[in-house]
Amino acid sequence: MTPQAATTAPEQQTVPIQMTGAQMVVECLKRLGVHTIFGYPGGAILPIYDALYESGIDHVLVRHEQAAIHGAEGFARATGKVGVVMATSGPGATNLVTGITDAYMDSTPVVIITGQVPSYMIGRDAFQEADVFGITMPITKHNYQVRDAADLPRILAEAFHIAGTGRPGPVLVDIPKDVSNQVAPFVFPEKISIRGYNPSTEPSPLQIERVCAAIAKAKRPLLYIGGGIISADASEQIRAFARQTGIPVVSTLMGLGAFPPSDPLFVGMLGMHGTYAANMAVYHCDLLIACGVRFDDRVTGKLERFSPHSQKVHIDIDPAEIGKNVKIDYPIVADVKKALDALLAKAPHANCDEWVYDVQVWCREYPLSYENSSKELKPQYVIDLLDRMTNSEAIVTTEVGQHQMWAAHFYRAKEPRTFITSGGLGTMGYGFPAAIGAQLAKPDATVVCVAGDASLQMNIQEFQTIAERHIPVKVFVINNGFLGMVRQWQEMFHGNRLSESKISAPDFKRVAEAFNVKGLRAETPEEAEKAIAEALAYPGPVVVDFLVEETEKVFPMVPPGKGNDEMIVKGWEK
Amino acid sequence: MRHTLSVLVNDQPGVLTRVAGLFSRRGFNIDSLTVGPAEEQGLSRMTITMLGDEATLEQVMKQLHKLIDVIKVQDITNEPMVERELLLIKIAANPTVRAEVTGIVEPFRASVVDVGRNSMIIQATGNREKNDALIELLRPYGIKEIARTGTTALVRSQLAKIKV
Repeated sequence: MTPQAATTAPEQQTVPIQMTGAQMVVECLKRLGVHTIFGYPGGAILPIYDALYESGIDHVLVRHEQAAIHGAEGFARATGKVGVVMATSGPGATNLVTGITDAYMDSTPVVIITGQVPSYMIGRDAFQEADVFGITMPITKHNYQVRDAADLPRILAEAFHIAGTGRPGPVLVDIPKDVSNQVAPFVFPEKISIRGYNPSTEPSPLQIERVCAAIAKAKRPLLYIGGGIISADASEQIRAFARQTGIPVVSTLMGLGAFPPSDPLFVGMLGMHGTYAANMAVYHCDLLIACGVRFDDRVTGKLERFSPHSQKVHIDIDPAEIGKNVKIDYPIVADVKKALDALLAKAPHANCDEWVYDVQVWCREYPLSYENSSKELKPQYVIDLLDRMTNSEAIVTTEVGQHQMWAAHFYRAKEPRTFITSGGLGTMGYGFPAAIGAQLAKPDATVVCVAGDASLQMNIQEFQTIAERHIPVKVFVINNGFLGMVRQWQEMFHGNRLSESKISAPDFKRVAEAFNVKGLRAETPEEAEKAIAEALAYPGPVVVDFLVEETEKVFPMVPPGKGNDEMIVKGWEK
Repeated sequence: MRHTLSVLVNDQPGVLTRVAGLFSRRGFNIDSLTVGPAEEQGLSRMTITMLGDEATLEQVMKQLHKLIDVIKVQDITNEPMVERELLLIKIAANPTVRAEVTGIVEPFRASVVDVGRNSMIIQATGNREKNDALIELLRPYGIKEIARTGTTALVRSQLAKIKV
């Protein structure tokens, strides 16, 4: 019987159907609701690709495995579903390592299926053999090596369950080629129970009471929200909670989009390139309510100076995050959505009008700004234009560097899952393939990748993927001819010795055209506006090369090793 | 401070690597680690002794608990427990000192398990301090080789308190 037949009448089975391991993989993917896979075939995974042929599952053939996993991450981040990647053994799998780490750091749910050399060759340094199980152990939430095809349905069901529940993350399943070819009875588990895995999602009522009491007493409370709000789909709750209590909100890079920037309670992003108001609010608050965050060093700056006058509430589903970097007074281990619902049910109210006024004065006096020019094209202006011309309604992905921070500052994402960026690992090469994934997940959305000239060169081969499938992503290259953030640090902290930060780039317009992708270029503010309008109106993929002012820097900035209150706002001179 | 953790894990390939890797990756200090099958088939019990302050201990326990193959993590440092280590020590010993060595070994309830022409192997079990003491007493004879298992431990049975 074919795997398709099994889908139609599973309940009538009396004797389990026999299938090859490879057929089981495809059958399981269908049952788990997978429609899109990112991957690249090769010897050890050939049986699975054979089973995939005519399966009806859409497989996106990328040009480098790193792009496959970033594509799956973009897909997962845009939808909240588990992204799926396939690659072959050895080099195929090791090319995924950067992306797996990225997904681990940013808690992105991804299932990775890798081929492995046949079991009897494992350990003999066979052709294209690598210990992927060992290599990925510290960068996955969990991983498996399958020894028997009969275990495959259970393992895949568990992998999806682990990846998508609790604190999400990447789960890898390594399948030796002989296991893919092995015939065994197919028994799909009706229920998943994993003895060592029971994330606690319900908040403790006692802790909720205590937090409510702390809010009632606080004079200067502050909400500090992060990517966990987006993973938990708790954006509505956090908006309701802020409005009900009247507490102002600061967000991490990963949390952008969870809270509307137009809301008067929104203070902006905090941390190394956070707004003056956000960092001052964190420094001066007396109750810091952290929701779905992990007190990353780019957020806290020097720990001793991080919010020194506050009591701290920390709501997180991962108990290991509580107290990891910062001492917590009120821990709540729970799904942040459920915790906020429980808090909302108690209808707490904060008496902090004066504090909100102070925070709003900081916001007004030190807004994010840049000096525009009528002649030169400023990178911030390009993002500003993008924001205005899409009415902040696009999905924006970014690469990593200065342009990423300008995108965080000037693209005012107002809905969750519309600002997709590599926060924890800071992976150059992430944004463009992530945009491909987001676009495939949301075919009707306008998806724009804000890229740097250097970052884009890390996965530039994917121009062919968007050309071949006519995936209408817009790539906006903020081209300043430098590794801009490296240059900024060298200027500020290394005596302006620009060691290897000047980087050449090809003519992106002509490169795009060589791949049959529409290419545009803009060198002045007028050209930029015209090019953005043209790119957004065009129904297919477009690359726009914005030749921007090369010496522009990202401000505000907290120098490395300094406290957030010691930030450089603007006007920094060499 | 030295802590003793009792960790119940799935008996799966790679579990030891997961646990040891967690310690090394996060910069935690393993003092000793022993592992063997537990009371239930498919499970193993690890006894880990580690050095660190309370905050480190808490973080270690939470991180261990995050591993899918870890079923239970217990800090048994301050519990009434039985703690044992197996020590094998080979010392230089010609026939003239054998009787003397046997005399040293006896109060430790250790035993001579091998005698060669110029060496002896002594086996001892007990807590680490006892074995350390025995090693110091045997050092003057010339230590050729030492093998120690590291600590393994179980919490003592809770005796019912009887009111008189």
